Amino acid sequence: MGDVMTVEQKKIHPYKFNLWLGLAGIIMMFAGLTSAYIVKRSQPGWESFTLPRIFLYSTIVMLVSSVTIQVALKAFREREMARYRLFFGITAILGIVFMIMQINGFYQFQANGMKMIGIGSNPAYSFILAIAGVHVLHVLGGLIAMLVIVSRVYGKKKRNYDSVPIEIMTTYWHFVDLLWVYLFVFFSLLH
Amino acid sequence: MSNEIAVQHGVIPHEVHEHHDGHHHHETFITKYVFSQDHKMIAKQFLITGIIWAIVGGLMSVLFRIQLGYPDATLPWLEDIFGHWAKDGKIQPEFYYALGTMHGTILVFFVLTAGLSGTFANLLIPYQVGARDMASPFMNMLSYWFFVLASIIIMASLFVQTGPASGGWTVYPPLSALGDASQGSKIGMDLWLISMAMFVVSQLLGGLNYVSTILNMRTKGMTMTRLPLTIWAILFTAILGILSFPVLFSGFILLLFDRHLGTSFYLSDIVLGGNILPNEGGSPILYQHLFWFLGHPEVYIIILPTMGLVSEVMSINARKPIFGYMAMIASMFAIALLAFLVWAHHMFVTGLNPFLGSVFVLLTLLIAVPSAIKVFNWITTLWRGNIRFTPGMLFCVGFVSMFISGGLTGIFLGNSTLDLHLHDTYFVIAHFHIVMGVSAFMGMFAGIYHWFPKMYGRYMNNTMGYIHFWVTMVCAYVIFWPMHYEGFAGMPRRYYDYSGWESFKHFVELNRVISFAAILSFLVQLMFVFNFFYSIFKGRKVTTQNPWGANTLEWTTPIRPGHGNWPGEIPEVHRWAYDYGKDGKDFIPQTEPVGKDESTH
Repeated sequence: MGDVMTVEQKKIHPYKFNLWLGLAGIIMMFAGLTSAYIVKRSQPGWESFTLPRIFLYSTIVMLVSSVTIQVALKAFREREMARYRLFFGITAILGIVFMIMQINGFYQFQANGMKMIGIGSNPAYSFILAIAGVHVLHVLGGLIAMLVIVSRVYGKKKRNYDSVPIEIMTTYWHFVDLLWVYLFVFFSLLH
Repeated sequence: MSNEIAVQHGVIPHEVHEHHDGHHHHETFITKYVFSQDHKMIAKQFLITGIIWAIVGGLMSVLFRIQLGYPDATLPWLEDIFGHWAKDGKIQPEFYYALGTMHGTILVFFVLTAGLSGTFANLLIPYQVGARDMASPFMNMLSYWFFVLASIIIMASLFVQTGPASGGWTVYPPLSALGDASQGSKIGMDLWLISMAMFVVSQLLGGLNYVSTILNMRTKGMTMTRLPLTIWAILFTAILGILSFPVLFSGFILLLFDRHLGTSFYLSDIVLGGNILPNEGGSPILYQHLFWFLGHPEVYIIILPTMGLVSEVMSINARKPIFGYMAMIASMFAIALLAFLVWAHHMFVTGLNPFLGSVFVLLTLLIAVPSAIKVFNWITTLWRGNIRFTPGMLFCVGFVSMFISGGLTGIFLGNSTLDLHLHDTYFVIAHFHIVMGVSAFMGMFAGIYHWFPKMYGRYMNNTMGYIHFWVTMVCAYVIFWPMHYEGFAGMPRRYYDYSGWESFKHFVELNRVISFAAILSFLVQLMFVFNFFYSIFKGRKVTTQNPWGANTLEWTTPIRPGHGNWPGEIPEVHRWAYDYGKDGKDFIPQTEPVGKDESTH
C-alpha cells in the first residue's frame, strides 16, 4: 500500500475536486444575481439605502467562525479531539448566530420602512433579501453538513481519523465566509 | 464475484468508494436495480426514464400538430381522454399552449439534457477512461434520483386542475410571474419552477462527477490527448452545465420572489384585467438575460455530447481514424467558450442596443467557424472510408446532414437585421428543431444502437433500425423544411389556429402535410421503443467481446461486466483511440503497446 499512498497524495482527492467545481457553480449563481443587481441599479426607480449596522457585526461573526473552523481542522489533524470538538462546536454556534443576525437585519430593513416584499417593495431592498437570503441558505447547508459529520462520529463504533470530510467542510465554510464578505462590500459600495 | 474482489485490490490508486465497498457486496434487487450506484445501471436508468419522457413529449407534439393540421376537425375521442381540455373534441387554446410549453420543457431538459448526457456520460466515462466507477458513485445515484423527483413533480403538474405551465418553455415574466394572468401561470407554474430547481440540482451533482472523473480517474497511460472524443465532448458539456445552470437558478429564485413575495424584480407598470398592479421598477428583460445566459449554453449542452458520440461511432464504422482529432477538441473548446458570449442573440427584438447587438452578431457568427471545422472533419472521416452501414452509422450520417441544414439557417438568424423579420416565426422553429432537436436525436440514436450491445449484451434488430432511420430522416425534412417557407412568409410561432388569418390561411394544407409527417415519425419512434425493449430480452446475443472491432477500453471488459467493469486489473493505455486501418491492420486497441517501428499519431 506504500506506493498507493504516495500516488494518492499527489493528486487532489476527487471529493475535494467535486467541491471546487461545486463552488464554481455557486460563484456563477451569485455572479448572475449580483450582475442582475448592477443592471437594475442603473435603471430608474432604484432607491438607495444604507445597510443596518447589524450586517457589519454579522460579517465579523462570520470571519471569526472561519478562524475557529481552521483551529478545529488543525486540532483534528493533530488528533486533539477535545479541542477539535470544542472549536467545531463554536463554529456551528457562530454559524447559527450569523443566520439569526442576518434574518434580524432583514427585519430591520422592513422596520425602517424599506420594504423588501409585498406591495410597495422596491427591487433594491428585494435584491438584498434575495441575495443575502440565498447566502443564508448556503450557510444553513453548511450547518447541516456539520451536523452530518458530527453524527457520523457518534454513529460509528470504530474511530475514524479520515480528515477529508472536515477539510471539505472547512473549505466550504471559508467559501461562504468569503462570499458574504464579497456581498457585504458589494452592498456597501453599490447601494 | 471475481470482479468485486478486483474492486478492493484495484490498481487505480484512489478508489474513493473503497472504504464503503465492503458493505454493498450483497446486492439485493433494490441496490442493484433501483438505488444502484453502478454507473452502468444509472446510465440505463437515465436512458429508460429519458425514453419514457420522449414518448410523453412526442405525444404532446402529435396532439398540437393535430390542432395545427386539422383546425376544423372535431375528434370526440380527444374529449374522452382529456375531458375539458378538449371540449367538443377540439383541443382548447389553454391546452394547446400547455402542450407546446411542456413539449419544449420535456424535450429540451428531460430528454436531450438528462436523458442524453445522463445516459452516455454515465455509461462511457468510467468505461472509456478506464475507471471502475465514477468519482462519487453516491452523488451519481443522487443525481439520478433528483432527476426522478423533478420528473414526478412536472408529471404531477400535468394533472392539476388549472393545468401545467403554459407560457412557453422559456417561462418569460410577466406572464409567468402573475398567477392571475393565465391558467398556466397558477400552480402549474410553481410546480414547473420547483421541478426545474430539482433538475438543476441533478445536473450539478452529475456534472461535478463527470468532470472530476474525467480529470482525476483516468487509467495509466490515458493522457488527455488519448481520450476518445466522446469523453472530450462530455467534459465540455459538463463544464457548460456547471457554469450555466446556477445562473438559470438565480433567475428562477427571483421569479419565485415575484410570484409569492410581492417583489418587483421583473414587474413594472402592468395592467391586468383592468386593474393597475402596484409593482414598480422591475424589468422583464432582466429575466431574459438570466434565462438565456443558461439557455444558450443549454443548446450546446444538448448538441456537444452527440457530436462526441457521432465522432466515435463514425470513426469506428468508417474504419478510419477521425479526421483532425486535435481540431475536433479545439473546435469543441471554441464552441464551449463562445456559448457564454452569445446569449443576447435571442433578444435582438427586445429593444437591445443595436451597437451591443452587432457585437453579439459577430460572436454568434463566429460559432460557424468551429462548427464548420467539425462538419468538414466528419465528411473527411467518411471520405474513402471502408464504411459499414450499421444503423448507428446511418444515424451518424443523418446527424451530419441535419447539422448542416440546421446550422446554415443559424447564420440567417444570427444576423440581427434578418432576425427582426424572422424572430418568433416558423423559421426559428425549423432552425432549432433541425439543428438541436433532430440532430441531437440522430446522435443519440447512433449512440444507443452502437452501445446497446455493451449495455445489454444483445443487439438491437437491424431491420427495424433501418426502417427507423429512413422514416425518421425523411419525416424530419418533410416536417421542418416547409417551415422555413412559412417563416419567410412571417407566420408566427405559438399561434393556435392559422386558418383565420388572411396572410397565413393558404398554409393550412402545408400544415396538414407537416402534421401527417409528424404523426408518422412519432409512430416510427414507437417502433424504435419496441425494438429497444424487445431486444433487451430477446435480441441476438453478443458472442464476442468486441463486436464492432473498436479500439476503446469499454470493449476490453467482459460482455456482461459486473460492478467494477474489469475482472482483473484495469488495462493500461498505450495509444489514442483512433488507430483504424493503420499499418495494414484493421484496428489496434488502445491497450496494445506501440511497436518499435510504429509511429504514434
